[in-house]
Amino acid sequence: MSGKPKLYYFDGRGKMESIRWLLAAAGVEFEEEFLETREQYEKLLQGGSLLFQQVPMVEIDGMRMVQTRAILNYIAAKYNLYGKDLKERALIDMYVGGTDDLMGFILMFPFLSAEDKEKQRTIIVQKATSRYFPVYEKVLKDHGQDFLVGNNFSWADVHLLEAILMVEEKKPDVLSGFPQLQAFKARISSIPTIKKFLEPGSQRKPVPDDKYVETVRRVLCMYYDIKAN
Amino acid sequence: MSGKPRLTYLNGRGRMEPVRWLLAAAGVEFEEVYLETKEQYDKLIKDGFLLFQQVPLVEIDGMKMVQTRAILSYIAGKYNLYGKDLKERALIDMYVEGISDLMQMILMFPFSPPDAKEKNLDSIKERATNRYFPVFEKVLKQHGQDFLVGNKFSWADVQLMEAILAVEEKVPAVLSGFPQLQVFKTKMSNVPTIKKFLQPGSPRKPPPDDHYVETVLKVFKK
Repeated sequence: MSGKPKLYYFDGRGKMESIRWLLAAAGVEFEEEFLETREQYEKLLQGGSLLFQQVPMVEIDGMRMVQTRAILNYIAAKYNLYGKDLKERALIDMYVGGTDDLMGFILMFPFLSAEDKEKQRTIIVQKATSRYFPVYEKVLKDHGQDFLVGNNFSWADVHLLEAILMVEEKKPDVLSGFPQLQAFKARISSIPTIKKFLEPGSQRKPVPDDKYVETVRRVLCMYYDIKAN
Repeated sequence: MSGKPRLTYLNGRGRMEPVRWLLAAAGVEFEEVYLETKEQYDKLIKDGFLLFQQVPLVEIDGMKMVQTRAILSYIAGKYNLYGKDLKERALIDMYVEGISDLMQMILMFPFSPPDAKEKNLDSIKERATNRYFPVFEKVLKQHGQDFLVGNKFSWADVQLMEAILAVEEKVPAVLSGFPQLQVFKTKMSNVPTIKKFLQPGSPRKPPPDDHYVETVLKVFKK
């Protein structure tokens, strides 16, 4: 084993993308194994690597970790991106919970019918601009610091940047009412590890396309219709 | 303020029940405010209590905490139910997240349309017996200890106990293939704080009924 964390997932964003972001932000190099066939997935299952028979799975520090949130918590804590005490961790957890809910509206998007996609796009923008972005705008305005929590770069900042960029892909001018978030976006994007991750050739995955959807459906035998929330 | 944590939610299980379980298991007394009308909920939002306009809300240690996971992590951390180091925390997080996926199915069940209820019940039974319970049965069998992680009572044990009882309400014989879990259930029932929580008159809420479903739909109506 190389010592680097190894990610097992599809060659696409899905639930693994936040993990890629966080490792990259922490400056941690990682390897990836992409699931392309049902056989690969069944081999992983039979080998007992997937605790609850699901991916994401990350091999890290001798563990085969599953459950996205557990993996993210571990990485955040290990690389000091989880605040300095319980109360800062509480704030980070709350903020990440919000951006996670927001990105949850986008997660299922590629699997929706064309008609549902239009409806969902409206919902995503509405939730972003009326429920989520105003919260982070206010947090930044109120304390006037560069980072969301404790005047220190943390997981909450990484997750918020990821969410902003994802929503912008659906509506490019979505930050127009949010000057603090615009400045935040510019600042966090220029942090060296993040800047590197945003450059072509990094392990960041592109917007999911039909090929990605086909792969997921094939590997997971997930052929039923997904409805918008 | 009394100093006790104060929980704001509907008078029912929903997403707040794991918080009640964990506080009770930690021996922490708490107060509750029940949402009964849309006006109450709208007022909470207007007064700026709900960070993302949602409940659960737990006022604790000067914070207005929202996001169930954040609340549970804070309580677990504060009351030493989160393992002794990062790796134990990782195990607890994995176990708790898995159980939470199972509990999500139970959470949504009362709101499924009548013609989907039987299918959803079958899904709960299938997932519990094929995906989740076997994992914890194996964990307990392999290390032979009383508790899931680090030979010490933790959030993971509380969460598993809650899930076992919740599934049994729907599928009474569900533990029949799981001898370790049967023993675990008995042991957990005898932990003094849990024993107290399982007695009548505790803050534990009953299974959701039609009145609860109606109240949810009324309070959160758009």
